[in-house]
Amino acid sequence: MAGTAPHSQAGNAAPTRRDFIVITASAFGAVGAAAALWPFVHQMNPSADVLALSSTELDLSHIAVGQSVTVLWRGKPVFVRHRTPAEIEQARKDDTAALPDPAKDETRVKKPEWLVMMGVCTHLGCVPLGQKGDFGGWFCPCHGSHYDTSGRIRKGPAPLNLPVPEYTFLSDTRIRIG
Amino acid sequence: MANNNAPTSGFFANPVVKWIEYRLPVFSTLDHMVGTQYPTPKNLNYWWNFGSLAGLCLVVQILTGIVLVMHYTPHTSMAFDSVEHIMRDVNYGWLLRYIHANGASMFFIVVYIHIFRGLYFGSYKSPRELLWFLGVIILLLMMATAFMGYVLPWGQMSFWGATVITNLFSAIPVVGEHVVTWLWGGFAVDNPTLNRFFSLHYLLPFVIVGVVILHVLALHQFGSNNPLGIDVKGPQDTIPFHPYYTIKDAVGVGVFLLLFSFFIFYAPNYLGHPDNYIPANPLVTPAHIVPEWYFLPFYAILRSVPDKLGGVLLMFGAIAILFLLPWLDTSKVRSARFRPIYKQLSWVFLIACIGLGYSGGMPAEGLPLVIGRICTVYYFLHFLVVMPLVGWFEKPTKLPASISEPVLKTQAAE
Repeated sequence: MAGTAPHSQAGNAAPTRRDFIVITASAFGAVGAAAALWPFVHQMNPSADVLALSSTELDLSHIAVGQSVTVLWRGKPVFVRHRTPAEIEQARKDDTAALPDPAKDETRVKKPEWLVMMGVCTHLGCVPLGQKGDFGGWFCPCHGSHYDTSGRIRKGPAPLNLPVPEYTFLSDTRIRIG
Repeated sequence: MANNNAPTSGFFANPVVKWIEYRLPVFSTLDHMVGTQYPTPKNLNYWWNFGSLAGLCLVVQILTGIVLVMHYTPHTSMAFDSVEHIMRDVNYGWLLRYIHANGASMFFIVVYIHIFRGLYFGSYKSPRELLWFLGVIILLLMMATAFMGYVLPWGQMSFWGATVITNLFSAIPVVGEHVVTWLWGGFAVDNPTLNRFFSLHYLLPFVIVGVVILHVLALHQFGSNNPLGIDVKGPQDTIPFHPYYTIKDAVGVGVFLLLFSFFIFYAPNYLGHPDNYIPANPLVTPAHIVPEWYFLPFYAILRSVPDKLGGVLLMFGAIAILFLLPWLDTSKVRSARFRPIYKQLSWVFLIACIGLGYSGGMPAEGLPLVIGRICTVYYFLHFLVVMPLVGWFEKPTKLPASISEPVLKTQAAE
């Protein structure tokens, strides 16, 4: 291409030096425009203060067996349920049932009596109602998804189990979510 | 060029008009757009009123919207209260808000009729494909604008509607979750979401104005279609837009404003949902989420598919398919008047759309779900199978030789 400079007699067969300049200049212009666009796109992602508010602590000692508490974490509800022995047993029994999103109950809890998971339906983000539905777990009234006592999807349009957020036991009665 | 053949008497003879016209040909341009110099088929019926009515709705929405913004606060802690402030304290605030809220519904009624008119009389066919495209783009922009506007009062339906609709994008494989976080500006619908929706809700109507200008420009290239669906053969087939259709449009505006006023003054909340008078609560989802009535058919399509991605694709596909319409319809004849089979099937299509609307408003179970599924199947069959096949097999009735011919024949018979 470098040798084409002398042949500038405007033939449309051989690319000229000018063609090269036009193409490289346009390419640089396009890259520059794309780079300038990025701040306008990225400004819509979560800002630093939103990212900073990403953990919540909760005292479990007040939650009796069979009770649930809903806490807000990152603007979304998290269900913390003190499960009854019957619910734990049912959840383990259902490990072998036909599950759309297979997961064993033991992989979804750190301590079997405490079920901690997002209270956000994996279909379109509604908050499911507790201890309702065909499987004794949660039921989403928006589009009819049923979850079991381990928060696994069993029936309805939702594709996935209620997700388990990152959390740690700070002591026997205290957890930090996030 | 434009003012060469403009009338030299009356308005255009006025010295002030002449002075301006010589420097800026604004009056003659208008005269060519919607005046005496725009020849229009002489046989347009009242179905052709809905274009100008849609324009009126857009103007009403922009005017009321601009003044509502003078009193509204786009923040999660104050949005709901500022809307109540508009309703209770601002002078005529209740009126302006009820006009704006019901105006959205009126806009959709008018536009849906306008679209059905186009479907029935074949207004999307060559050479008006791009005119039709621009119309579909306007519909998409209207939907986005209406959805974001409904979020602004920050009631329960606002919040959960925003949650459900933005979550539709989580169905996109791989990047879905990132897209949703990006739309929200956080990990849930929250203040950043409200702020950007407000920004876009203010912007998009002006984008719609821009596309409407292109829509009208495309319209003027070949002029309006007409109930016979045949081309204008000459000046004997047309009458000037002004005064003939300006006056006809004005009659339509009168009737339309009666209906509009009925809703504003006697049933201002009939088309809304009472749950939106409860402030947004991220911890409690209302028992029965429904979108505004004009989204119900699409909502029904979404829910009729028991698969998340499938439902979302089909819902967006229901609009996207409109872009293919000019090529899916294989009939050479535009107007359904001369298409005995298509004529009836286009009413079946309308019934399917109404069935979808009914199904979308009911809980997704039992009979309404079955009706929703049947209507969804017909909706797509109509475009993908009925339109191409009927175009081939149907024998159209005889077209009149010109727009004037049937009229002149009747006169001769009398």
